[in-house]
Amino acid sequence: MNQEAFGLIFTGEANPYMRDLVLSRAVAAVPFGGRYRVIDFGLSNLVNTGIRNVGLIVQRNYHSMMDHLGTGKEWDLNRKRDGLFLLPPYSTKDNTGVYRGDIDAFHSVMQYVRRSPQKYLILCGSHTVFNTTYDAVLKQHVESGADITIMYNEDPRFFPEEQNRDLRLLLEEDGKTVTGLEWNPRNPSSNFRSCEINVIDKELFEDLVEESYARGGVDFVRDILLPGVKDLKIMGWRYDGYVARIDSINTYFMHSMELLDASAAKDLYNMKHPIYTKVKDEIATKYGDYADVHNVVMADGCVIDGSVEDSIVFRGVTVEHGAIVKNSILMQGVTVRAGAALDHVILDKNVTVNAGRTLTGYEGIPLVFRKNLTV
Amino acid sequence: MKKKIVCMLLAGGQGSRLGVLTSSMAKPAVPFGGKYRIIDFPLSNCVNSDIDTVGVLTQYRPLALNAYLGTGQHWDLDRTNGGVFVLPPYMTEHDGHWYSGTANAIWQNRSFVDQYDPDYVLILSGDHIYKMDYTKMLKFHVANEAAATIAVLKVPMEEAHRFGIMNTDENGTIVSFEEKPKNPKSNNASMGIYIFNWKLLRAYMDRDDADPSSENDFGKNIIPTMLNAGEKMVAYPFEGYWKDVGTIQSLWEANMDLLGEKPVLDLNDSAWRIYTRNPVMPPHYTDAAADVKNSLVAEGCVVRGKVLHTVLFCGAKSDTGSEVMDSVVFPEAEIGRNCLVKKAIIGENAIIGDGAQIGVPLKEGEVVDNHLTGDIVLIGSGVEIPAGASIPCGAVVTAETIGQFISGGKEA
Repeated sequence: MNQEAFGLIFTGEANPYMRDLVLSRAVAAVPFGGRYRVIDFGLSNLVNTGIRNVGLIVQRNYHSMMDHLGTGKEWDLNRKRDGLFLLPPYSTKDNTGVYRGDIDAFHSVMQYVRRSPQKYLILCGSHTVFNTTYDAVLKQHVESGADITIMYNEDPRFFPEEQNRDLRLLLEEDGKTVTGLEWNPRNPSSNFRSCEINVIDKELFEDLVEESYARGGVDFVRDILLPGVKDLKIMGWRYDGYVARIDSINTYFMHSMELLDASAAKDLYNMKHPIYTKVKDEIATKYGDYADVHNVVMADGCVIDGSVEDSIVFRGVTVEHGAIVKNSILMQGVTVRAGAALDHVILDKNVTVNAGRTLTGYEGIPLVFRKNLTV
Repeated sequence: MKKKIVCMLLAGGQGSRLGVLTSSMAKPAVPFGGKYRIIDFPLSNCVNSDIDTVGVLTQYRPLALNAYLGTGQHWDLDRTNGGVFVLPPYMTEHDGHWYSGTANAIWQNRSFVDQYDPDYVLILSGDHIYKMDYTKMLKFHVANEAAATIAVLKVPMEEAHRFGIMNTDENGTIVSFEEKPKNPKSNNASMGIYIFNWKLLRAYMDRDDADPSSENDFGKNIIPTMLNAGEKMVAYPFEGYWKDVGTIQSLWEANMDLLGEKPVLDLNDSAWRIYTRNPVMPPHYTDAAADVKNSLVAEGCVVRGKVLHTVLFCGAKSDTGSEVMDSVVFPEAEIGRNCLVKKAIIGENAIIGDGAQIGVPLKEGEVVDNHLTGDIVLIGSGVEIPAGASIPCGAVVTAETIGQFISGGKEA
């Protein structure tokens, strides 16, 4: 059955709540979890399900995405039959070039969808991170005869001031039958939130998108799913594993720190479903004589001779002797010089903090320093 | 399609001096340095030297090596023209033979090399750890108009008797060669790295093959024959780190050479990366109670105890209350709680039970067969050390020998 499905990932969303982290990249390209980017999880979930045909819609700032994905070989998607298809925008009579919303984008890549031989489409968003396979949701979709099956989980946390693409499912007691949907509700009446995974028959997808496009539809959720509750059979499939929604700097920080918690890490880093990413050929991380590291997730290629606590450290980071790092996220290539002190800070790629600097954010308000800055 | 140079990598060695480490894999596949295998070094040196065609000669357990190398993509050796090839011995319609010596291995694969019609062939062995730019050596070879160039390293005079020694004149031309001489005349040790003019080497190999008394070995036969025939052979002086990791002691030392503030062997070198088949593992996790100093820790590790002056390979685990020092812990080995591990090499997937003591001093009258290990403890791949067990210095623990070390003679 998995051979009968293909994946389509939309990465074109903007999200102002991600501030400096998305100045030069899509949310999907944001580094997450010590050595990954958000997109690695979505792609790996598809690959670990056995799906060999994946289309990836990119829109703005897709340079870093192209660089990261290459031919798809790290995901084993450099295939002769099917494989990874990067679908950038271009202007033709059918194609608007700049997408107003995902329906525009889906309309523009309809040729790829039509040419894909598989029967079922797994439509994926790109700001929700989890590690699972789609075998069970596909099975339920086929067996239930649903038109659309939405993967959801129970998430009681609600951040109204940073609400972003918040789709909530109202369900019958069986946990499957959808009776209603709420889109960015001010007062949500359900904690069941979409994981941005929709399983849908390919032909139905084509019909729904083209019809909606013809009537000026813009957004798949607003213009297809919400009105669809009336005439489509929409089902939910409950996921009970760990889900991180990268909606804002604050939720990004919160979910990153949750990886220091054994249960979240165990679930997201589950080695039965490995998460693939671009390989950098870094050496193993080197701890020096003065290294003092406690409760830290750390990737390869780091040279640590200072104190690091309760933090996430990406590949190739240097922390010099006497530097103190607490409650922080240090992305690839960051250097923290001797005697610098960081607390509640997010340093984007290749930021350098000079000797003796003190940078302090607060819980819920992490300081963010954009790519390549020297502080 | 013609290539200027083709590399032939001699990876045949079973490496019996590495004992149980090579019971299921050839020596070049032995782990090194936290995330590498020994063969990653010559392969990466080739790629970084723009040599894109490598034949890997092996006749001992080729499956592990074959599976490891795959299409060569991890070393960027998945090429349309060229790439990496595992070359085990094969049958023809007439006969087939095991590789009888290093030269014979190349001779049997002469048609592989001929495909590329190379001017030069670079011959390497698969059990040395070093970073070397072979393009410099090739330039030297060409500039000297040599028939053969042999890379040499100055070793301490008192160790020279352990190596093949190249005696040269003042221009670096080799005048004589002595294999492990009792009274060495110089300290230019051969590194087992040769560049030959391919057509000439082929002619010498043909003659060597026709000689039934020959052992078909580069060091013993080909090189002396070429010298006697008056071919111009030059020594290429190499400066830098080079280590034969053919013994337990040297393998352990080479791993320790990666540690320290200014390590003798620095692999953190973006200009000369060592490529490897990177395991797909999450970042490592160092927990609140851990204390890690002067160590290498690879991805997938979980460290909850004390780790000092140690190399932890991908996916290795050391649990709460344990102390690991001066040790090399191979991929996915697990050290339980409250263990003490001193100066040990822990094999892949080995499990050290809670409270076990590894590397304790010998009790009075206790005798351990340590001819391969000295004072280093060697725990074989997949071996389970029961909780509370005590393993003395120098012990080699395998599924077969474990009974000797466990009180009552049986596993708990």
